[in-house]
Amino acid sequence: MTPIAFAFAHSLPEILLAAGALVLLMLGVFRGGDGRDWIISELAIALLGAAFLLLFFEIKGSAVVWDGAFIDDPFGRFMKGLVLIGAIVSLILSLDFMRREGIDLFEFPVLVVIAALGMLMLVSAQNLIALYLGLELMSLALYVMAAFHRGNVRASEAGLKYFALGALSSGMLLYGASLLYGFTGTVSFAGIAQAFQAKPSLGLVFGIVFMLAGLSFKMSVVPFHMWTPDVYEGAPTPVTAFFASAAKMAAVAITVRLVMTAFPGAAPQWRQIVVFTAILSMAIGAFAAIGQTNIKRLMAYSSIGHMGFALVGLASGTETGVQGVMIYMAIYLVMTLGTFAAILSMRITGTYVENIGDLAGLARTNGPMAFFLGAMMLSLAGIPPLAGFFAKWYVFNAAIQAGLYPLAVIGVLASAVACFYYLRIVKIMYFDEAAPKFETASPAVTAVLAVSSLLTVFFALWPGPLVSAAGAAAKSLF
Amino acid sequence: MSLPAAFFYLFSALMLVSALMVIFARNPVHSVLFLILAFVNASGLFVLLGAEFLAMILVVVYVGAVAVLFLFVVMMLDVDFAELKQGFMHNLPLGLLIGAVAIVELVLAVGGWTDAGVTPMRNMPIEAMTNTEALGLVLYTKYFYLFQAAGLVLLTAMIGAIVLTLQHRPGVKRQSIEAQNARTPAGAVELRKAPSRAGV
Repeated sequence: MTPIAFAFAHSLPEILLAAGALVLLMLGVFRGGDGRDWIISELAIALLGAAFLLLFFEIKGSAVVWDGAFIDDPFGRFMKGLVLIGAIVSLILSLDFMRREGIDLFEFPVLVVIAALGMLMLVSAQNLIALYLGLELMSLALYVMAAFHRGNVRASEAGLKYFALGALSSGMLLYGASLLYGFTGTVSFAGIAQAFQAKPSLGLVFGIVFMLAGLSFKMSVVPFHMWTPDVYEGAPTPVTAFFASAAKMAAVAITVRLVMTAFPGAAPQWRQIVVFTAILSMAIGAFAAIGQTNIKRLMAYSSIGHMGFALVGLASGTETGVQGVMIYMAIYLVMTLGTFAAILSMRITGTYVENIGDLAGLARTNGPMAFFLGAMMLSLAGIPPLAGFFAKWYVFNAAIQAGLYPLAVIGVLASAVACFYYLRIVKIMYFDEAAPKFETASPAVTAVLAVSSLLTVFFALWPGPLVSAAGAAAKSLF
Repeated sequence: MSLPAAFFYLFSALMLVSALMVIFARNPVHSVLFLILAFVNASGLFVLLGAEFLAMILVVVYVGAVAVLFLFVVMMLDVDFAELKQGFMHNLPLGLLIGAVAIVELVLAVGGWTDAGVTPMRNMPIEAMTNTEALGLVLYTKYFYLFQAAGLVLLTAMIGAIVLTLQHRPGVKRQSIEAQNARTPAGAVELRKAPSRAGV
């Protein structure tokens, strides 16, 4: 096989998405008319689905292609699968919402595909330039999506806030990258890892700090989380679902890859940072969510807390830890998509509502939805035997194996505090006076809610495939 | 002092002064003009290093496009800079603190510099070709993937700008190229005989 064919074979999903995004864009533009969605969303879902299938047909094993810029390995394929699931489900959730809100422009699915492409490139980045370009491709599309409802003041504010802070975080990441390059003379992760074999110099440590600060922003980890509640609340709900699912998967994946393949020689240095941010995120995620009345803001704090739990696995720095992070992200993906499907089902007399109070007495007005959302909340809280419990179990287990007892104890305490606000939603749904009934949600939204809820409930019966896939994928990083 | 060294100090000093003036100039238009001066001096430094392609690109892209765009934005947006500067004294201590931390970090980082022993990439006969040729050779081959990715980033920025700003308002007169091309002298020009002292 010629090198170029080899490179193409290993980056087929990316090439398919890049070409497909251009075709969809052309279709939308040359169709003319009012610029409405038409069938572009459905085509984009098919395109992302095709890319997802291609992940399984690729050549097995790992390969570095495109002159050291791109790696195709089981870890990348696992995380790309999660990213694509997040993108597909967010698009499915958006179909009905965008039409009702009158913002069903054809650019939206195109931007989702481009953002997904950026995420795949980010997950596969094998040097600093590829990392930065993937990150920017993803972020630029996300900024636009946050402000997509441009007639809405809150959405515009969310987009502007996200853009300004995102640009700042990109600056920090670039500063860190320039320090790493300056002190090692190479941009490739393998080369940087080699330079860390000796005692890491002060400049390299500064580089790590700034790189991790930039990536923490994308993961919305404390102390770089300030944008999250405002952006989550202001952005259109399907976009928020996309932020909370696919974007998180990609950011966590590249953080794990960078830390594990570029900084293995500096474990004490990066571990300090990861432990610090994990503890703060778990604490802020647990305490700040208690006073929230808007369910999207609540989910923002919940996602901050969950990122903290995922970082507990990373802090251990072992193969079990990485496996734990991957299982955590997979289960978190299902839970968060299901919860956002429930939020998108909250519609009274044609307008979408977002207050927790609107859920009051849901068990009497819409029993199945109350059950599904309740299961999701209990799972997010980490109550056995739901999937969320196993997610936490795997990361805490890894932390304990690595001897990080205080971290695991703090994690358990934080999740106990977080139980309060998840259980409060269950209490409001089952024991409060009934609020006005919601309108019937679209079948697609209900299906997403039901499927993800059932997955979290019945995960315990058949955890094998996910655990073994994550284990095999984690092995490829070591 | 040799001639290149003299020019190095000239360009660097001018660049530092104009960079400071970008911040301290009261008139925002002057700020942008000083920014342009800083860019031009930076490109002078590139010429001294023998990187003439980068020098020209810096002038073309940053001076010709970015700075002029800034100028337009500053002039058209009519931002009230006096109002923006109101919180300046209030936030000054915090800003100074962050600046001091950044300077300490820079000093520490530069102080910790050691030669990692990595030799620069010299796998092609650089002397035999110009900078432009050398860049062109690797840009579309070795860095093909990254080049394409950068292109997609620009495309996304373009889509974003259009989505967020383009408005199709009804009742706005637009250029219709078909109508323009379909015009013939017969339909556009009319010959009239204007009688004397009567007008058309």
